[in-house]
Amino acid sequence: MTNVVLKLGDDISTDIIYPGRFMATVLPTETPQYAFADHTEFNARLKKGEIPAGSVIVAGKNFGCGSSREQAASCLKGPDLVVVAKHFARIFLQNSINLGLRTVICPEIEAEEGDELEITADKVINKTKGKSFDIVPLPKARQAIIDAGGLIPYTRQRVLEGKK
Amino acid sequence: MGMTMVEKILARATGQAAVKAGDVVEPKVDLAMSHENAALVLNQFLEIYKGTGLEAKVWDPSKIAIIFDHRVPAESSKTATNQKKVREFVAAQGITKFHDIRGDEGGICHQILPENGYVRPGYVVVGTDSHTTSHGALGAFAFGIGATEMASVWALGSVLNVEVPGTIKVVAKGKFPAYVLPKDLILYLIGKISAEGANFKVIEYHGEAIEKMDTSGRLTICNMSVEAGATSGIVPPDAETRRYLKEVAGVRETVAVFGPDPDAVYDQEIEIDVSKLEPQIACPHTVDNVKPIGEVAGKPIQQIVIGSCTNGRLDDIEVAAKMLKGKKVARSVRMLVFPASGRIFREAMAKGYITTLMEAGALVANSGCGPCLGVHQGALGDGETALSTTNRNFKGRMGNPNSEVYLCSPAVAAASALTGVITDPRGDR
Repeated sequence: MTNVVLKLGDDISTDIIYPGRFMATVLPTETPQYAFADHTEFNARLKKGEIPAGSVIVAGKNFGCGSSREQAASCLKGPDLVVVAKHFARIFLQNSINLGLRTVICPEIEAEEGDELEITADKVINKTKGKSFDIVPLPKARQAIIDAGGLIPYTRQRVLEGKK
Repeated sequence: MGMTMVEKILARATGQAAVKAGDVVEPKVDLAMSHENAALVLNQFLEIYKGTGLEAKVWDPSKIAIIFDHRVPAESSKTATNQKKVREFVAAQGITKFHDIRGDEGGICHQILPENGYVRPGYVVVGTDSHTTSHGALGAFAFGIGATEMASVWALGSVLNVEVPGTIKVVAKGKFPAYVLPKDLILYLIGKISAEGANFKVIEYHGEAIEKMDTSGRLTICNMSVEAGATSGIVPPDAETRRYLKEVAGVRETVAVFGPDPDAVYDQEIEIDVSKLEPQIACPHTVDNVKPIGEVAGKPIQQIVIGSCTNGRLDDIEVAAKMLKGKKVARSVRMLVFPASGRIFREAMAKGYITTLMEAGALVANSGCGPCLGVHQGALGDGETALSTTNRNFKGRMGNPNSEVYLCSPAVAAASALTGVITDPRGDR
């Protein structure tokens, strides 16, 4: 069981998730301090550690559109947030899979800040609203990377196999 | 069944006779490009080798390109230190296509790649920058990836688990009217299909308007294809591609060109008659919020930007210089010009465009991404509005969430510089 901590609209760009002016900071250990930096209240709560791991950001269509900056995924992975969106932009989705940020494609999702959610293998259940919404499975080509625990261990395995 | 451009390229890159949209493939990479974010790529690359006992060596140092452009010269000690680490890595790995902060060889990555002949028709090009889609202008399949994905490419020489994208065919027919430019075509298309209209798909460009367009214009439309969500934009290579590679990029050998099969299968076909097109403006805060100029003309602006990987080439600067010659930039605006590469800067100087623009009151700064992404120069003040030939107008894009960015062609930017308000370059209508 988890709660919605931030509700956003459509076309949330990587400039909103991780503003360009912080792009000189690259390491996944350092990026979370700038997550949603211009949503000052949310950013302050995140920095104070007031948002529990597993909390959910709910968004509309095309979440993560814009630049390829991986900071937009790593800044949310650090505090272990989950993003439930109607759908995602391609590069952001791939970056999330590569880094192990949990992304859930849920085209019909209805949820408000504070709502209690349960996310199963194929449904998002909004306990507060008493409704459940189907999840679209991630593209099949991506599942192998998730199963390996992310792209770094996946590629590491490939490199080791190549040297046998 | 016939193949689209991207299907043909991915068949070649995987050694298969044919692939079709939806297949999962692992294409070999012909060129892997990064900019300052190579600092993160190399961090992730070293991570891959941790605990393996193997030496971390890139798969092919001649196929990696690294260009500093996002924050040049460095705006902070942090950036400078990252750039230093990348320089050391480049030297240690023997990476040859490295473009440092220099007036002879430097510039924006998406200009440096084509003008040096690094991109050829049929190549698979990946870059840690979303505007890598630009290189489809030369008939390559070029797409943006994240830094960890690039670290994997540096190790393996291939991109893992790529789903062959479906293709949208855009046919641009007719001839462009005066003062209507390729930028207006791509803004119109994005407005028509929306910021997600081409998600996970390739846009393949055809038609008389594309055939007669030079490579600079093709770079503009492929560059911004990502703003419709496209994995890439691509123009079937032709005589113009050969001309560009020979005359501009200095490629000596004959380059093979090919188009899609006549019976290729497309997800969707869109026809646009450019002869009916007006100058287009993308209004805040999404790139698909596109309006014909008449609906926004008269809007006061405080900063004009001409530059970026989208519209910072010689023909863009030429348009502005010709319109500003002997005139003055309005006192209420700052006009900033960023040539896309050192080479373009020098060519613009030789043709007198830089002098013309500076005499008119424009500030010409060094080649690089400049104010486009709000990390370096040209930030906006609270409540200010910019009109820019760049590619994104997201909230906060130009360094300040309390400002607005409108996107336009260089002709609209130049006409508006003279008046201080958004102005139709075609005159009173």
